[in-house]
Amino acid sequence: MVNPIAFFGEISLFGFRAVRDSFSPPFEAEQVHMQMNEIGARSLPLVLASGFALGMVMSLHTRGTLVTFGATALIPTVHAMAFFIEIGPLVTGLLVSGRVGAGIGAVLSNMRVTEQIDGIESLSVDSFKFLVVPRVLACVLMLPLLTLFMDFASLVGGYLAEFAISHISVELYLSRAFMYLEWPNFIAPVLKTSVFGFIIGTVSSYFGYTTDEGAEGVGRAATNSVVISSLLIILADVILVKCILFLFPETAL
Amino acid sequence: MTEIHQPIVACRQVSKAFGEKQVLRDVSFEVKAGEILCILGRSGTGKSVTLKLLIALQRPDHGKIWIDDDEITSMDAAGLSKVRRKMGFLFQDAALFDGLTLYENLALPLARLTGKGRDEIDIAVTNTLKQVGLACDTQKKPSALSGGMRKRAGLARALILNPKVLLADEPSSGLDRITASEIDDLLLQQRSESNTTIVVVTHDVHGARKIGDKFGVLDKGRMIAFGTVDEVESSEHEVARRLISER
Repeated sequence: MVNPIAFFGEISLFGFRAVRDSFSPPFEAEQVHMQMNEIGARSLPLVLASGFALGMVMSLHTRGTLVTFGATALIPTVHAMAFFIEIGPLVTGLLVSGRVGAGIGAVLSNMRVTEQIDGIESLSVDSFKFLVVPRVLACVLMLPLLTLFMDFASLVGGYLAEFAISHISVELYLSRAFMYLEWPNFIAPVLKTSVFGFIIGTVSSYFGYTTDEGAEGVGRAATNSVVISSLLIILADVILVKCILFLFPETAL
Repeated sequence: MTEIHQPIVACRQVSKAFGEKQVLRDVSFEVKAGEILCILGRSGTGKSVTLKLLIALQRPDHGKIWIDDDEITSMDAAGLSKVRRKMGFLFQDAALFDGLTLYENLALPLARLTGKGRDEIDIAVTNTLKQVGLACDTQKKPSALSGGMRKRAGLARALILNPKVLLADEPSSGLDRITASEIDDLLLQQRSESNTTIVVVTHDVHGARKIGDKFGVLDKGRMIAFGTVDEVESSEHEVARRLISER
């Protein structure tokens, strides 16, 4: 039975080491670039498709409720606020933790099992800096960008769903969507996804890098990476929303 | 003519356990510069662990290890990094970085550790790959290589920094006799051209007798015999005599 306090202590130390090592040379620019492509660019189709579909569904559901109150003009407003403030960042975090978290966990654990990490160490190359730091950094940098794509894909989906019913113009939809959105409503939630990225990168790398159980460990590392990352993202979201409301009280709806 | 100098690898009373399982018990030996030591033994007797202790991928529970006068068991990461630059490690399954091409696998340590320019790296990688007969496969990923080619590629990577000490874990495992013999020849060539000290862990007694100057036999975690082929053949331990005489 794993002691949960020791376990979270180990993950925290692992994350702390990743932060510390990301500020000390040599800087793995090429590896970071490669991981940004893997984590960011390759997650883009999933994020865009999900954002688009969720935007359409959200718009249809919102319409059903707001029609009852005769407030259909507020559909774009409600939609945009819900997505930009909460749904976009959270869903992006969870989607990326599923796609990228499992990938990082599986790749690193496979490298451990096949002695590739030992191989890197034997060449006097710091395997932690070479493998873990670029993945954590890429997650931190790419999550906010992916969230922006998710938000705007959802707007497109929402607009098309609304257009099919009410033939609303793009200009009117956008002006209503951004009617009550201030910069803090937009920037703080997008930036909080960097924390989600840090959680995904750290937790997945931890499970992959520290596995010691052969082929079975590869599957377990991938599963644990997704489950624990997703759980921590949801928990962190609660704390971060409270922090954002404390720091930017004007963002409260 | 091979030069034989002072011990460049030395183990003193090294012990290592994994949980309840005692893998090595008071193992001591030394290898002089330019010598080839072959460590023989049945499966699970701690041969591969011994190699990993020599390059500090694992730490012993007791005992001390010297590589070229540096005591490595209590060294920090920066010190180990310097010592490892003098060493090469051929892993049993080559352990090539599968996200990189063969060229990139070899260029990685050169680019990071030597400060060489692109042209110099090109020359070094090409020469090393030529040495192991893989000069035409530079752009292949490890997954596209056969078992023998992977082993030679692993050897090329282990040699790329021109190490003083080369550690080889089962260099002939999974290979046919001819390919295994080619690997043995490459090890002998490396020793004769660069006076590299080589420690080989192997089950292949035929190959070991071909390349080895000294032989160590591990059994149940203990070094039960150590010396030249004649000394091991006349060992008091039956396991050692049987192992060294198997062909």
